[in-house]
Amino acid sequence: MSRQPPVQQPPPVQRVRLRYFKQGPARFASQQDFARAFERALRRAAVPMAYSSGFNPHPRISYSNAVPTGVASLAEYLEIALAQRIDPVSVQASLNRVLPGGFQIMAAVESDGTALAELLTHSAWRIDLGVDATAAVAAFLAADSVVVQRMGKAGLRELDIRAAVVALAADAGALSLRAVTGPGKVVVRPGDIVAGLAVVSPAVVSPGASLALRVAQGVWSDGRVRDPFGPEKLANDAANAGIVANL
Amino acid sequence: MTESLFTRLEPLLAQVQKPIQYVGGEVNSQSKDFAAAEVRWALFFPDAYEVGQPNQGMAILYELLNACSSAPMPVGEQGDDDWLLAERTFTIWPDLAKLMRENGVPQFSWESHRPVRDFDVLGVSLSTELGYTNLLETLDLAGIPRYATDRTAADPLVIAGGHAVFNPEPVADFLDAVVLGDGEEAVLRVSALIRDHKRQGDAGREQLLLNLAKSGLVYVPSFYDVSYLPDGRIEAVRPNRPGVPARVGKQVLLELDEWQYPVQPIVPLAETVHERYSVEIFRGCTRGCRFCQAGMVTRPVRERGIQTVGTMVARGLAATGLAEVGLLSLSSADHTEIAGITGQLADRYAGTNVSLSLPSTRVDAFNIDLANELSRNGRRSGLTFAPEGGTDRMRQVINKMVSEDDLIRTVEIAFSQGWRQVKLYFMCGLPTETDEDVLAIAELAFRVIETGRRAANSRDVRCTISIGGFVPKPHTTFQWAGQADAETVNRRVRALKDKVRADRRYGRAITVRYAEGEPGMVEGLLSRGDRRVGKVIEQVWLQGGHFDGWREYFSYQRWLDAAAAVGIDLDWYTTRERSQDEVLPWDHLDLGLDRVWLWQDWVDARNGGEVADCRWAGCYDCGVCPALGVETQIGPTLRSLLPLTAGSEPVSV
Ligand code: SF4
Repeated sequence: MSRQPPVQQPPPVQRVRLRYFKQGPARFASQQDFARAFERALRRAAVPMAYSSGFNPHPRISYSNAVPTGVASLAEYLEIALAQRIDPVSVQASLNRVLPGGFQIMAAVESDGTALAELLTHSAWRIDLGVDATAAVAAFLAADSVVVQRMGKAGLRELDIRAAVVALAADAGALSLRAVTGPGKVVVRPGDIVAGLAVVSPAVVSPGASLALRVAQGVWSDGRVRDPFGPEKLANDAANAGIVANL
Repeated sequence: MTESLFTRLEPLLAQVQKPIQYVGGEVNSQSKDFAAAEVRWALFFPDAYEVGQPNQGMAILYELLNACSSAPMPVGEQGDDDWLLAERTFTIWPDLAKLMRENGVPQFSWESHRPVRDFDVLGVSLSTELGYTNLLETLDLAGIPRYATDRTAADPLVIAGGHAVFNPEPVADFLDAVVLGDGEEAVLRVSALIRDHKRQGDAGREQLLLNLAKSGLVYVPSFYDVSYLPDGRIEAVRPNRPGVPARVGKQVLLELDEWQYPVQPIVPLAETVHERYSVEIFRGCTRGCRFCQAGMVTRPVRERGIQTVGTMVARGLAATGLAEVGLLSLSSADHTEIAGITGQLADRYAGTNVSLSLPSTRVDAFNIDLANELSRNGRRSGLTFAPEGGTDRMRQVINKMVSEDDLIRTVEIAFSQGWRQVKLYFMCGLPTETDEDVLAIAELAFRVIETGRRAANSRDVRCTISIGGFVPKPHTTFQWAGQADAETVNRRVRALKDKVRADRRYGRAITVRYAEGEPGMVEGLLSRGDRRVGKVIEQVWLQGGHFDGWREYFSYQRWLDAAAAVGIDLDWYTTRERSQDEVLPWDHLDLGLDRVWLWQDWVDARNGGEVADCRWAGCYDCGVCPALGVETQIGPTLRSLLPLTAGSEPVSV
């Protein structure tokens, strides 16, 4: 028996971008957990994936800006490379039949060849705080710098999150707030915003039992986070999901 | 009926490691109507989710009890499966367990997040002795009394199965009943008895246990009294109720082709220790290795045919989306059709990124052929062989019939065919072993490297030696042997390591891996212990012991202290050799093995006697087949696998 060289995989013929949500108990899945589940769903749905070459071929999937473990999202994005041309809508339908509960593809479009990550510079969040955030939000917006601590692999780190929070508003009458985060030295997470509010206002406790949701991702312009798939797509899906990503 | 605990659990999950493991709802998990079912099982694996979820026994019983598949179910109520359901539960990591206790949230089931105490049966899968403290931990978190005699109608029946229960005596006081052997038919029959009992109204827990005991399906420890001699040995184990059998037999499933489980195993979201679809290609092993409990307790050999295996693999992959297939058994190269199975599966899945693996450590060229077949497109990294003993004499004692020359010839072939690394498994502390027997492993490894460098024509060859401490197990030839103490094991493996390291020519090409001898002493106590050992387990748990299978949680000192506190002599249970007439704690559990044959095998072990596998060399009268009315069921079936066409249903048998 002679040893055979690894199979050269054919190049992709099409790339499809997907927007999906991650909700309910599934939000406790880490990005690696989702990636394993997604690859298995692709196999169950028999999506004709393009594979990387080598001894250990992998389906070609690029993930962008995964939401932190424990945070729900209506706006996660990824791109898959296919070995066969296929209608993006049928990819969406077949994946939705086999994805684990809590994950659903909300939109699928063919890639125009641009870099997806460049279209996902900003995130809109809704955070349920459990306390009235009006005063804390005002104090946060008035500050030039808000330094929070975050536990990382190398221990506690200090981060100034103020500049990367481009918009912040308390929901009138509700115990929640809306935030938009953008590019900066650090990627600001919802937990950091809660921690930042706790720094500027004693009314907010951190870490509290806050629930966060990523409502949208895209480019920030004219006071809105613009979905990379275009306004029609977003309006449709938002209506389907009963959500309006408005700020 | 209590509602789901999930809303109370959810805020706690935000504060713990790997919360996803606790949420359930995985692909292929089942949620049946709890209120409508008459017999509800919580299947419990006493370790973390990542270890327990991939367990094959759990997966099989889960599907059978939920009757969720189209595969045949020879017994039970076909078509009327709503009376039965199973959910899962696992031992909860200390971080969450602490929060649950602080917040009054009890042990829950993974599917409906109901309190485990609401179920009719807690089905415990006991696969290793080091899970015993987790059994107590989870019972406590569930609010179920530790001792079976303290439980009431409000508590589930705690019924255990799995490989560790062939001597359940150390945990006997904590279990209501035990199923010995294959669980498939047994769980359905036990369920039917429980259902009938419930339908008759409130006849009481004692009556239910009596019905179960009289059926011969289960062992009910509380229905047996153990008396002791003045020297501490057991005098007798006797039933204390009329109608309860003096000896309880094991369950043997025949015709495995009719039981094609798991059909659609759960696909975890959390990462687990095995991420593959596994098919058990046969059950049982009759090679007769004298140290091996798995081989003795699973006799006789029963194969699945090549077409069943092909069907199960195709269906399992389609249902899970997994990319790895494991062809499981105790020694997969021994299947009568293994060449066809591996070759034809490799053909079938060529170019699909599905990978196949099979556990086999057989020391021969055929095993290499199989490995070559399975690594057609893959990297030829490492091959594993298990000579188990370092010298020809040692291997004769354990009935591992492979000579040093066989081993060298085998590695020569492996290295000449492109493999660059071999891993060799050995045991230390075997009966009659001397320091020299263990040091000889170094010489053997030197010969392996020398042979490998020549055969591969390269200096880039490696050998890993992996050494486990030997623990004598119930129902084996060595059940009477004295266990080597931890110091002896540690001294021998360290001397071996030093000898390898000191060698200028070969030392750097060889890695020695070994575990310390101390956990083996605890395993020895729990393996051959009697009911009195239960107090040690309880004491260890009370002192904070759990997750003993995990190095970071295991504390030898805690076990020593606990044994001392309850007056148990560790050495008496481990290093003491037993005599032929001693009543062993598991003698009333009947696996069909003829005790006279077993003792003779123990005598033969020390006198140069060998046993050849009854599959090829004829029955050697171990006793199992006539005693249990069963038979070896092997092929070849002389059938073959057809290629799968895209989207087609697999060819059925
Ligand atoms: S009774 Fe004979 S055939 Fe059956 S397992 Fe024992 S040795 Fe093998």
